[in-house]
Amino acid sequence: MSWLYASPLVIVLIPFFVAPIFVVIVASFLENDAFGGMVGHFTLANYAAVFSQELTWRLYLSTVKFAAITWAVTLVLGFWIAYFLVFHIRNQLLAIGLFLLCTVPFWTSNIIRMISWIPLLGKNGLINSVLISTGAIHEPLEFLLFSDFAVVVAYVHQLTIFMIVPIFNAMARIDKRTIEAARDAGASRFEIMRFIVVPLSKNGIALGSIFVLSIVMGDFFVVKVMSGGGSASIVSALFEDIAVLQYPPAAASAVVLLLVVVIMISLILRTVDVRKEIAQ
Amino acid sequence: MSAEQASLPPSAVRARRHAAEGSAPGRPWTFWVLATLFVAYVLALYGPMFCIYVLSLQDVRGGLVFPMKGLSTHWFVDLFTQVRTGDVKGGFQRSFVLALLVTVLTVVGSFLAGLAFRNRFKGDGIVFYLMIGSLVAPGLVLGIGVGLLFQYFGLEAAWYTSALGAHLSWTLPFGVLVMFAVMSRFDRAWEEAARDLGASRWQIIWLVVVPILAPGLVAVALFGFTLSYDEFARTLQTSGSLNTLPLEIWSMTLNVTSPSLYALGTVTTIASFLIIGVCLGAIILIQKRRASQIAARAAE
Repeated sequence: MSWLYASPLVIVLIPFFVAPIFVVIVASFLENDAFGGMVGHFTLANYAAVFSQELTWRLYLSTVKFAAITWAVTLVLGFWIAYFLVFHIRNQLLAIGLFLLCTVPFWTSNIIRMISWIPLLGKNGLINSVLISTGAIHEPLEFLLFSDFAVVVAYVHQLTIFMIVPIFNAMARIDKRTIEAARDAGASRFEIMRFIVVPLSKNGIALGSIFVLSIVMGDFFVVKVMSGGGSASIVSALFEDIAVLQYPPAAASAVVLLLVVVIMISLILRTVDVRKEIAQ
Repeated sequence: MSAEQASLPPSAVRARRHAAEGSAPGRPWTFWVLATLFVAYVLALYGPMFCIYVLSLQDVRGGLVFPMKGLSTHWFVDLFTQVRTGDVKGGFQRSFVLALLVTVLTVVGSFLAGLAFRNRFKGDGIVFYLMIGSLVAPGLVLGIGVGLLFQYFGLEAAWYTSALGAHLSWTLPFGVLVMFAVMSRFDRAWEEAARDLGASRWQIIWLVVVPILAPGLVAVALFGFTLSYDEFARTLQTSGSLNTLPLEIWSMTLNVTSPSLYALGTVTTIASFLIIGVCLGAIILIQKRRASQIAARAAE
């Protein structure tokens, strides 16, 4: 009976997840002909090209750098915002209301939220105008828009919610009496944090990290728009290949990326039982 | 009470009184730091969006940055009448219909999968990890795979076939995760009670499980709709010859440098907010009606 219930999910996943990934893997071993088609010769040249190019390493370095910075910032923000909502807001209805306030933008267009930084960060944007009119600076700050800074701002803007929700969920399940008991037993606020709140939020942190890291690693449009073409990510480089119908090299790069993401995610999954965390 | 207080040191009494009242002086300094952080976060979350809504209301002279030049709906008219801004109306219609299809399929599929995962079954681990894989796979890579697959079988990619499938491979796992959270509050004793009273399997699902989980199902619908309506990376290689709305927005971000772009942002956000409002309203209505039914039954 369970199989019958799970069948719609499987019926979607097989043709639209398993098969496409399989096709990409096959394509990565094929040769490119001169017309943007693929020839059925088995070759490892695409992989050799991926690993021998210096560009690949630069792309991974830059993407991993963005992933690490974004992860660190969203984790700190997400953790403390969830903590504030769960432990500092005593009125539960207010806490839920404030939580919803954080989640509403998640349901609106990411592209629109990204471009909405332009009037703020631009050379003649709000931040520069205010700083110049107050006399704090004399020349507009150039690094605000179309830079790595802008990329990180856009990522944090879009992805903090992916940290807040699972951490909020995990913290809301912590029995408040545990904390009272610790306090009665003489635990300091730091010790309560260190030995109760953080360990019991671990699963939420892991779940949020999976979302943030997999999205940043697979992103291309935030990097493309917000860096103004100055930075690239693995997927944005791969997309350039697709645009000129170079499928096999793009596929090889995609397979390597998939492996990297799968390894990252499974390392995180080893620390927690996500299924138990969500269902319980 | 007073005897107990008398035996405690004065500082403890004061601490307890503060905790009980929840008054401002009793708040630790961390409260104020975190409250400031929270307010700053919410401002940064909404501030930029409000800027573009305001800037989209400029008149003909308007540019991409402040200060505001005039006040009119010029750029909204421009958006729907100019050819150079692309096929916004068509894109909007396609995205809306696609999102509706995705919503219905996501709700049904996630609900059933949620029922399935309550029990251990053979291969449940494989299905679960496939689902996680589908969730974390880079959208563009998956889209390329779907595109190549359709090409290989000689099928024409279109928003209602290949893009529909590509969207489902993302919304369905997401919906199942939400169902897990919803299901965790479902007590199986209710099902057993219905079975003991002679309900068929179909009746149990339709008359007991679905009504109880209704607010959660509306939440899944909200996720399904908005994730599909805004999906970009998975659509890029799978939508065929006609664009969905996010693809139109994408091409506008690269070509259009007028407040039309902001007008489009305002219009899509209004559409998103309407959907969110309808869904949250439905959840509140369901719960209110449930509360009043319980009250009425208690009064009998």
